[in-house]
Amino acid sequence: MAVLFPFSAIVAQDEMKLALLIAAVDQSVGGVLVFGDRGTGKSTAVRGLAALLPPMQIVKGSRYNSDPSLSAEDLAALEPELGAGKPKSVWVPVPVVDLPLGATEDRVVGALDLERALTRGEKAFEPGLLARAHRGFLYIDEVNLLDDHLVDVLLDVAASGENVVEREGLSIRHPAKFVLVGSGNPEEGELRPQLLDRFGLSVEVKTPGDLATRVEVVKRRDAFERNPAGFMTEWQIHDASVQDQIAAGRKRLASVTTPQDMLEKAAKLCMALGTDGLRGELTLIRAARSLAALEGASSISDAHLKRVAPLALRHRLRRNPLDEAGSTVRVERALQEMFGGGAALGPTLVAAVAERRVV
Amino acid sequence: MPADLTSGSALSEPNEAASPWSDAVLAAALYAINPIGLGGISLRAHAGPVRDQWLALLQSSLPPHAPFRKIPIQVSDGRLLGGLDLAATLQAGRPIAERGLLAVCDGGTAVLPSAERRDAFVVARLGAVMDRGAVAVERDGFTSVTPSRFGVIALDEATNDDERPPASLLDRLAFHITLDGIGYRDAPDLPSLVEDVARARGQHADVTVPDRLIEAICVTSLALGVASLRAPLLAVKVAQAHAALIGNSEAGDEDAAVAARFVLAPRATRFPAGETDPAEPQEAEPLPPETPPEPSNDDSEHQPTDQELQDLILAAAIASIPPGLLAQLKLAQAVRTKARPSGRAGALQKSQRRGRPAGVVRGDLRDGARLNVIETLRAAAPWQGVRRREAAARGSVPAKPNRVEVRRDDFRIARFKNRTETATVFIVDASGSAALNRLAEAKGAVELLLADCYVRRDSVALISFRGKSAEVLLPPTRSLVRAKRSLAGLPGGGGTPLAAAIDETVALADGVRRKGLTMSAVFLTDGRANVARDGSGGRARAEEDAIASARSLRALGLKALVIDTSQSPGPQAEKIAREMGAIYVALPRADAQMLANTVRVATQPNGRDG
Repeated sequence: MAVLFPFSAIVAQDEMKLALLIAAVDQSVGGVLVFGDRGTGKSTAVRGLAALLPPMQIVKGSRYNSDPSLSAEDLAALEPELGAGKPKSVWVPVPVVDLPLGATEDRVVGALDLERALTRGEKAFEPGLLARAHRGFLYIDEVNLLDDHLVDVLLDVAASGENVVEREGLSIRHPAKFVLVGSGNPEEGELRPQLLDRFGLSVEVKTPGDLATRVEVVKRRDAFERNPAGFMTEWQIHDASVQDQIAAGRKRLASVTTPQDMLEKAAKLCMALGTDGLRGELTLIRAARSLAALEGASSISDAHLKRVAPLALRHRLRRNPLDEAGSTVRVERALQEMFGGGAALGPTLVAAVAERRVV
Repeated sequence: MPADLTSGSALSEPNEAASPWSDAVLAAALYAINPIGLGGISLRAHAGPVRDQWLALLQSSLPPHAPFRKIPIQVSDGRLLGGLDLAATLQAGRPIAERGLLAVCDGGTAVLPSAERRDAFVVARLGAVMDRGAVAVERDGFTSVTPSRFGVIALDEATNDDERPPASLLDRLAFHITLDGIGYRDAPDLPSLVEDVARARGQHADVTVPDRLIEAICVTSLALGVASLRAPLLAVKVAQAHAALIGNSEAGDEDAAVAARFVLAPRATRFPAGETDPAEPQEAEPLPPETPPEPSNDDSEHQPTDQELQDLILAAAIASIPPGLLAQLKLAQAVRTKARPSGRAGALQKSQRRGRPAGVVRGDLRDGARLNVIETLRAAAPWQGVRRREAAARGSVPAKPNRVEVRRDDFRIARFKNRTETATVFIVDASGSAALNRLAEAKGAVELLLADCYVRRDSVALISFRGKSAEVLLPPTRSLVRAKRSLAGLPGGGGTPLAAAIDETVALADGVRRKGLTMSAVFLTDGRANVARDGSGGRARAEEDAIASARSLRALGLKALVIDTSQSPGPQAEKIAREMGAIYVALPRADAQMLANTVRVATQPNGRDG
């Protein structure tokens, strides 16, 4: 609890790390779904990422992580208790909020502040997890076991970017835009299709099968548990370089150009795969742009598109009765057809900088 | 002196010679050294004197004041995780939090009786706390993260091999042991290890595990087909604990052998490939075929691994694999993959539950309604000041000034969403060939089954196909009357557009799943497709289309049943069933009652028991 396993020390699982970094650089990519085998470091990676996000600015005292660039009227409407006058802003860590299993709806959407109501007879709103996650990440481990009524709430908020509370005589609305990160094991239950749609990127994680990787996982975990602080110090430098990479990627993001032919290729790819709606295309381009920014490129190239296509599209395919292949294989195949031979390269490691020095 | 005691006892004798009871005792001792790190023990045993003796022994090895708490099977989220303590809250007039069982277990042991019957929900909460080392609570107006670390003793009381504690729990527990087959007489009092355990508890964390041992453990786990990475991690810790128990500061070969025996053997999914050169098991046994072994420089680093050591550990593990286990595993796996093509365990287990909370509504306390106390209090809370003033104005002096005044208006009723909800879709072949034979019986059977569904509050839907197309006669409904009416009016005759019928089922399934229901499909047909998807005739095309459609149905992973109603069952229906991953039953001469019984048997056991 006290010390988290460093992100850069996670062995292999390159695709998962790549997806998280892409979402960290451009939050508009949408959420990340990590589905797969047990004990593959899914939640370790998400929690580890939290430590690497560059801080953000909020209005001092804001309970909704309000952006200081918000207009004075909007801010006053949302949080009158902050008072008039020019708001001060403070730097805070980007929130990575856990939605634990067994959470009740009142804590998720926010509710009447029971303490104040009971002791002082005041009617006050106590913001919930959705408010805390605004402009940050909302993480749900075992997302496939989430109670249905909470799924409904999340779907609504994730679609509108706004949380509307009408309960106990309260009538509150506040912005709630966050990157939804979910993880789970498909053996324990499926995800409702609507929720699947809400995730921009999806990753399938597998337990590594080769000996060298497995030995390295066990050794690092053993070293970490033996001496967490020492392990952290050892990996600090690698974590720092990933952090720099994210920060640099964010700065560069706006200037990354998207050539017309890339847009066309993305559209063609989606058409070939028969993905529903525009969201696939949009996510594909955004993810490719984010990856380009992450790698210091000035515009999107074929290589970027190829690397992010499985992430952005594999959960959007309609099931094809004539094709029994898994969705990942189908995306790879479509890529092969479009870009020709050698397309089926797995995502290479972005966080490799840190990795390679050690292994 | 402590080291003498163990080395003289049965506990450190060579692995093969260990009796089941001394193994169980050793597991308890090792667990007691490092309960948190080792996760816990899954103990298969029936309640009885042997289990009691083992539990007593375990408890005596644990630190005297460490919590040792049972998690009852009916535990609610509030008790498990924590929430509002109502009594204290009412007393104090301000919200008081209650610690949940999992927070109370901190530093001790959580005992899980009937572990084999726990559903994914409780186990997921338990797992989340074990992984994080803290209980995260977002409930009843409270937000808290309370550090809590504990070990788990899962009491597996299953009577047959099909029942096991959930895999996600077993994965986290180092030891999977059994006391079955051990009589009271076979469980002698062994020399006490309490002192050694207490000493080892202080030392295990400093025991080093050499890299060559870690590598040997990883090699062995791969060779035995143990996929999870938690297994080698736990094995390393067992080796550590064992070394500490016998008083060493560095884990040795024997410790690793014990670890392999306890942790890896019970998880084995295959025997290593004969005696074929275990020098390069990473080439012989890669788990997922697409991960190639790392070439060159990594291998050279692994070359100096101690060959003899790896053999020793592997041998120790193999010696502990109970005979017949692998055969059983294979069988169980085959059954499992057949029954649940895409891992529907969760969805099915959900159906066991009486219902999950699905919000609250304002309401009266009629019989059966469950008051949601928190929401009620919350509704009452803001009015307290007003009500007190009103009471004072009326001149009535409150008995206790801090008492919360709750009015009828405040009552909030918890609503549960019943997860047993399933939708059964009947797809009835009303084509000429079927109509001649069996349509009447099929109709009769469906009617009988509809009554069942009605009793269970399941939804039913009806699709019929004949001529050129299939038609949804009845979208999912609970209305028995409507279902009966549409069934009675079902005409027979024409071609057999099987592909269209399956496509219609797939479309319906999508809608049903979006509502969060579990769906099963029951086909009553002879499977002799002779109308293609586009309505044109021709047996070859029609069959091809039907098979394609069947595959798309299988992709949905729902439970399907094909009842071959033709009088002389041919291979067609069976083939279709296979393609859609369905159970196939040929009932050439069954009457309505028998048809209905078959469907009951085929659709219920899994759905009910998970």
